[in-house]
Amino acid sequence: MLDLTISRRQGAFRVEVTLKAGAGVTALFGPSGSGKTSVINMVAGLARPDMGRIVVDGKVLFDAALGLDVAPERRRLGYVFQDGRLFPHLSVRANLSFGLNRLPAAERRIDFDAVIEVLGIGHLLDRRPALLSGGEKQRVAIGRALLANPHILLMDEPLAALDANRKAELLPFIAALSRRFTIPILYVSHSMDEVLALADTLVLMDQGKVAAAGPTEDILSRTDLRPLTGRWEAGSVIRATVEAHDEATGITRLAFAGGHLLMARNHLKPGTQVRLRIHASDIAIALDRPGRVSVRNILPATVTSVSACEGNMVDVVLDCGGTRLWAQISSHAQADLALVPGCSVHAMIKAVTVARGDLAEQRGSA
Amino acid sequence: MFTLTPLELEALYLSLLVSGWAVAGSLPLGVACAWLLARRDFPGKSVVDGLIHLPLVLPPVVVGYFLLVVLGRRGVVGGALYDWFGITLAFTWKGAAIASAVIAFPLMVRAIRLSLEGVDRGLEQAARTLGCGPVATFFTVTLPLVMPGILTGVILAFARSLSEFGATITFVSNIPGETRTLPIALYALTQVPGGDEAAMRLCVISVVVAFAALLAAEILSRRVQARLKG
Repeated sequence: MLDLTISRRQGAFRVEVTLKAGAGVTALFGPSGSGKTSVINMVAGLARPDMGRIVVDGKVLFDAALGLDVAPERRRLGYVFQDGRLFPHLSVRANLSFGLNRLPAAERRIDFDAVIEVLGIGHLLDRRPALLSGGEKQRVAIGRALLANPHILLMDEPLAALDANRKAELLPFIAALSRRFTIPILYVSHSMDEVLALADTLVLMDQGKVAAAGPTEDILSRTDLRPLTGRWEAGSVIRATVEAHDEATGITRLAFAGGHLLMARNHLKPGTQVRLRIHASDIAIALDRPGRVSVRNILPATVTSVSACEGNMVDVVLDCGGTRLWAQISSHAQADLALVPGCSVHAMIKAVTVARGDLAEQRGSA
Repeated sequence: MFTLTPLELEALYLSLLVSGWAVAGSLPLGVACAWLLARRDFPGKSVVDGLIHLPLVLPPVVVGYFLLVVLGRRGVVGGALYDWFGITLAFTWKGAAIASAVIAFPLMVRAIRLSLEGVDRGLEQAARTLGCGPVATFFTVTLPLVMPGILTGVILAFARSLSEFGATITFVSNIPGETRTLPIALYALTQVPGGDEAAMRLCVISVVVAFAALLAAEILSRRVQARLKG
């Protein structure tokens, strides 16, 4: 449990942040230079706030008013850096044990072998970091931070230096981590894929300030935050459960609060809870239920708001059985259909547009 | 068969003894100075930097004379050392080691400092977040990473000590069995008639010793580099 209020002058602007991070993964999301890394550096004790207070698990780590500043080595926080920072003169095994060896035996809660197994690095133990691939290095770095038995794990864009394949390979490891070792994670990122796959709570940062914070689904489905979540990322995030797979047609059926969704076959077990992202531009709106149409998902919904956005486009927010859907259509279409709040409509989503990349398995899955 | 005469053995032994102590004795101070210059900003830093480098540009005789004035039996420091501890430096092999250490010090500090400046501070930060205090971090992370620089510094300083002549002869003179190292023995031989052959033998010994030192340095340095690269 992290609770902080900090302020620090940083070049041209001031990083001024108040946030709480509880169990699960809290993502700090924002453009480069928005002060995300400064925040976790201050939490770790690598940078000093000008003012404020940082408390982790009830232990005060920094308090400007009291003149208290606990040294980084006494904070008991794990830090996974963007560039890994493995010690080149030590073997993988020695790197992993680096923090562990400095702990009294009574405080070694996390099992060495369990970490090795989850991260799949058993075969690397006797190598030196120089001989590892980028993805392997990051896995070792994660293991090293975890084995120091920290009260919270800080991760600064741990996947940013990796290519898309390595990234896809590592995401499940990190997701598994928060589930397997109950440890809060503060995750800095500027990639929406990672946030979607990992974050329970999302903190949006802009110009050194917190622009919004809350459950990931809520924050990502808010049209007013689009300038921060990204124009091309515009879309709604919904929670759903895998219901069944139809092998013959290659279709997976998901259930969510507003009904059912069909998407291209995935390999998740029925009953798995998932988080699904539907891009705003992938939702079409019909006033009447269309008859013979190729679109697989036709969901009855009510218009809750209509607002203009740039480029002759209109944001239409729909309520679909309690789930918020966000559609982006041309202002021409909006005028033609005379869409106003309160209209009953049908949201149409093609099965193929619900891409696998926009689907993330959730913690606490059945 | 090339067998060494007792005189040659004595000069060789003294050279190695003096150089070895000069390097070993000044290494901790060298690392400390390099760290201070690489990592800390303090008032008068350029003056300290200049003082450390001075022996590199001064004629060694000047350094030797200065040492004699300060560390001699009647010098400010030398007098106190003798009165309180009964230690005499002037005209002893210990004095020769100090003269060599002072002359070689800038080379040692330079090499270690360069290496320190090349160490990724991020690795030290990582060690801190893993529960390692600043001192432990220095010994477990920083020091192993600057090992190549320390090795280079040690070899340069050792080589420079082996060849030290000016400061040594000024401070501790030419005393057989005490301060007559290889270069000084060689110089003495060139000053007497008929010493040419003996002088040439000492030249050969000097070359062999210097070359062996360089070769050992190269092999060690490769090992250290290989360790860092995996």
